[in-house]
Amino acid sequence: MLTPVNVSLESLNLITLAPMLIPIIGALFILVIDIFKSNLDKTLYVVLSLLFLIMDFGALVDASGIFVADGTIMGVFDVMLIDGLAILSQFIIVGASLLFIPLALTHNRFHEFSYPEFFALFLFMISGFQFMVATDNLILVFVGLETSSLALYTLIAMHNRDKSFEAAIKYFTMGALAAGFYSFGAMVFYALTGSVEINQIATVLAANGYADIGYVLVGVTFMLASFGFKLSIVPFHTWAPDVYEGSSAAMAGYMSIVPKIAAFVVAMRLFEFLIHSGVVWLEIILYIFVVVTMTAANIWALVQSDVKRMLAYSSISHAGFVMAAILIGTTQSNSALFLYWVLFSFTNLGSFSMLWMSRQKHLPAHQISDHSYDKFAGMIKTAPVAAVIMALFMLSLAGLPPFALFWGKLYMISSAVTSGYTVLALVMALNSAIAGYYYIKLVVYMFMKEPVIGNDGHVYVTNATLALKSIIGFAAIGTIFAFLAINPLLEFITAFVYNSGY
Amino acid sequence: MLDHILSVLIFFPALAGVFGFMIQKESIRTYGISVAVIEFVLSLWLWFAFDSNVSGMQFMEQIALVPSFGISYILGVDGVSLFIIILAAFFTMIGIASLTDTPNEKNMIITLLFLQMTMVGVFAALDAIVFYVFWELSLVPMLYIIGAWGGPLRVYASVKFFLYTFTGSLVMLVGMLFMAYFFYQATGVWSFAILDWYRLILPESFQLWLFAAFFIGFAIKVPMFPFHTWLPYAHGQAPTIGSVILAAILLKMGTYAFIRFSLPMFPDASVFFMYPIAILAIIMIIYTAMVAYAQKDIKQVVAYSSVSHMGVIILGTFALNVEGISGSIFLMIAHGVVSGALFLLVGVIYDRRHTKMMDQFGGLAHVMPRYATIFGIMMMASVGMPLTINFVGEFLSLLGFYQQSHTLTLLAGVAIIVGAIYMLAAYKKIFFGNVTVEENKNLPDVNKRELVALLPLAIITIWLGVYPKPVLEPINNSVESIVQLMHNKATSEEAKLRIPNLLEGVEITRTPMKEAH
Repeated sequence: MLTPVNVSLESLNLITLAPMLIPIIGALFILVIDIFKSNLDKTLYVVLSLLFLIMDFGALVDASGIFVADGTIMGVFDVMLIDGLAILSQFIIVGASLLFIPLALTHNRFHEFSYPEFFALFLFMISGFQFMVATDNLILVFVGLETSSLALYTLIAMHNRDKSFEAAIKYFTMGALAAGFYSFGAMVFYALTGSVEINQIATVLAANGYADIGYVLVGVTFMLASFGFKLSIVPFHTWAPDVYEGSSAAMAGYMSIVPKIAAFVVAMRLFEFLIHSGVVWLEIILYIFVVVTMTAANIWALVQSDVKRMLAYSSISHAGFVMAAILIGTTQSNSALFLYWVLFSFTNLGSFSMLWMSRQKHLPAHQISDHSYDKFAGMIKTAPVAAVIMALFMLSLAGLPPFALFWGKLYMISSAVTSGYTVLALVMALNSAIAGYYYIKLVVYMFMKEPVIGNDGHVYVTNATLALKSIIGFAAIGTIFAFLAINPLLEFITAFVYNSGY
Repeated sequence: MLDHILSVLIFFPALAGVFGFMIQKESIRTYGISVAVIEFVLSLWLWFAFDSNVSGMQFMEQIALVPSFGISYILGVDGVSLFIIILAAFFTMIGIASLTDTPNEKNMIITLLFLQMTMVGVFAALDAIVFYVFWELSLVPMLYIIGAWGGPLRVYASVKFFLYTFTGSLVMLVGMLFMAYFFYQATGVWSFAILDWYRLILPESFQLWLFAAFFIGFAIKVPMFPFHTWLPYAHGQAPTIGSVILAAILLKMGTYAFIRFSLPMFPDASVFFMYPIAILAIIMIIYTAMVAYAQKDIKQVVAYSSVSHMGVIILGTFALNVEGISGSIFLMIAHGVVSGALFLLVGVIYDRRHTKMMDQFGGLAHVMPRYATIFGIMMMASVGMPLTINFVGEFLSLLGFYQQSHTLTLLAGVAIIVGAIYMLAAYKKIFFGNVTVEENKNLPDVNKRELVALLPLAIITIWLGVYPKPVLEPINNSVESIVQLMHNKATSEEAKLRIPNLLEGVEITRTPMKEAH
């Protein structure tokens, strides 16, 4: 006979679910509106999504207040875990989404934004990412991962071009493979320890002194491959440039930031304890991954003829750069990861938005791809303000001081120096130098070449609306005046990371 | 205002540059000149208010920027940096004033004003990160100047310039981060302040590595052999104003940084690397002098001779005594004045004939007597004739290094004679003989606008050559304190021996006291 389970509502701590539930409610709300009255304008959905995201952000501020007061909170049968990492990464996820969603308000009409499903899926995706980072339960991570990925595949396909279908299918196939690897890895860990919670796994493994190291390595291998796909770590990166090229520029910028921070947090939770318990093999493999990803992606980016593909490779390289933080695994490096990613999200969303703003519906004859370098030739003469802002983003991505990303790079390299990874620090520095070339290449095209005949500068602002301009202006100001925000940001991040025990 | 004069000097041109976007196209030149004149007057005021008897930093400003990571906005000047700041203000002023018809003049002048911000910033910064910020930021305006207004190969030259320097400075950044980490280990607080770093005594093995990391950044900027290959391209393709600023100020960043960072922070490593660097410097002097002799393009001659003289500056710096270092700082100013003037002079003839090939000229002394005179003065100064500005610097640099090694100094001295050969040969080819090319017969002599730039330079060249004391004295005071600091910090016997102790008398009375204890 079954005994009734008595669970008090307080012990569930449902407040931990609040930030994830808000976008879900928002998505359902949008779907309900669509049932009652269809053919509404996209502006309605954009603003509704914006409102729900702002509420989500507010809930996060609330959660961070609770974290500062009481420390880590567990909830819902200890499945939810709201610690500093969860809060920081959700801030980045929701913040970047807030910057992304107004980009739908373009001047030209694009297919995907006329569907309310786009916005519903978008909000479901955000809650998926939020679940992924706010737990250390491998099953819930999986659920969050799949929710968000499936939504993302659809969002890409909705761009409605041949290349976007290709991109979506490619991403879907690779994502399915990664999911398979992930579940296999999780299974191995469950078989070894009888638990799917990362801290339990860590405790059990430590208690038996890593007796089954062979099996642990099998599990780690599967996990690495899975996260390799999600983070586009070389050699699992092959999907990334094509998918970025196929999706709209705004979506590509979004994909280079939000899914990756979610994957970074899970990777941090999982690999941190393994590295710290002296699984040397993992350290070596990660070291190789980091160096190869940074360098190879940089070299591929050198030879691209399309700005969007170049930015795709460059964001792979940035992911490799940040992956170093997980390898180093100190409080400083983990804080550096979040600092870097906050600054990166500003700059990268800004530069992708610039591409998005110049997106034409039909390609002129002389242009091979949507955003070829030629398109930007002589931009200073025809659209000086846009050229200066674009150059600003490029210089920031190259790590030129005092623009935003420089401070991220500085702190990241410093964390490598502090932990004795001298060679790694040098490799990171030299890779920034290589990256300098392809970012400068765009600046050279914009400032030093003559414009293509017939280009009157209108092409760069063909999509411009007030919403887009404000987002870009916001990103530009954030990029220039980052140095004022570094100290509060750094103290905030360090406190949160430190208090969650990383 | 005097309390914040350095901040004003840095950000006034940048602010003026931003406002410059509002100025109408035809008036931008006057605007640029006005801003540069105000800036120059401010820099003269700085000199006037500067107390030359004080050897330490003056006009210090400090604002915490990232306190949790030890980054602060710290500024200050001493005798080492004072005159380079004035020189930077001066050259921007005459650079804008002598600007000949350029397309997109507005962009050029605004770029120059931004460049001025970064130049003053580098020499006034006393925090490594602030220094690094301005150091890197100076690349961007220069990239644009070379790339947008340069010759046919301008894109290649500008990107090469950018990438070379960028790579070197990233290695330097890693060095800075290590230095800050060592400081953190020793004291428990993060700090990037240079004056804090001065107090840190590092073991010699650490010093060697850090010295090497900083050296790569600085040597590429100077540029030292074998990192010099970007410079001829940059000079060859840059417009006149670009070459002038590059040679007069931007290259000085490297040699200045040696004195500001490498010597006082790593005295033992400086001694350890003294001979290798001296040998590189001498190769640089001789080799580039020989290359200069083989050039057919007058601008390349001037460019290589400029590299060659930078070698003398390095040699003086690594003499590691007061004479050598003071001489090298003085030579930095002299080199700025002279090579800046030479590039301006090349620009004058290029504007008239649109060629820089020496075989296109000949007998210009008949056609352009004033031009020939000024060129002659500058050439004599470049060769290092006594009573010109270069002579003082070169003499002191070599005198300083003579105390470290007789043979190497002798070699360097010989190299300076080679310098005389190629300069005189070039002068002969251009100015003497008969006018061979028809077009040269009716060339107009230097006009007023050009004289505005050239005459002050000629006057400075002779004035400081005859009476260098007003400049040399503040430099000397500051250098003495640097050398003393190096002596005190040095840990190895060799370094103690090589770096002179300026307080010898005090030391002698102290020793018996120690024995008594």
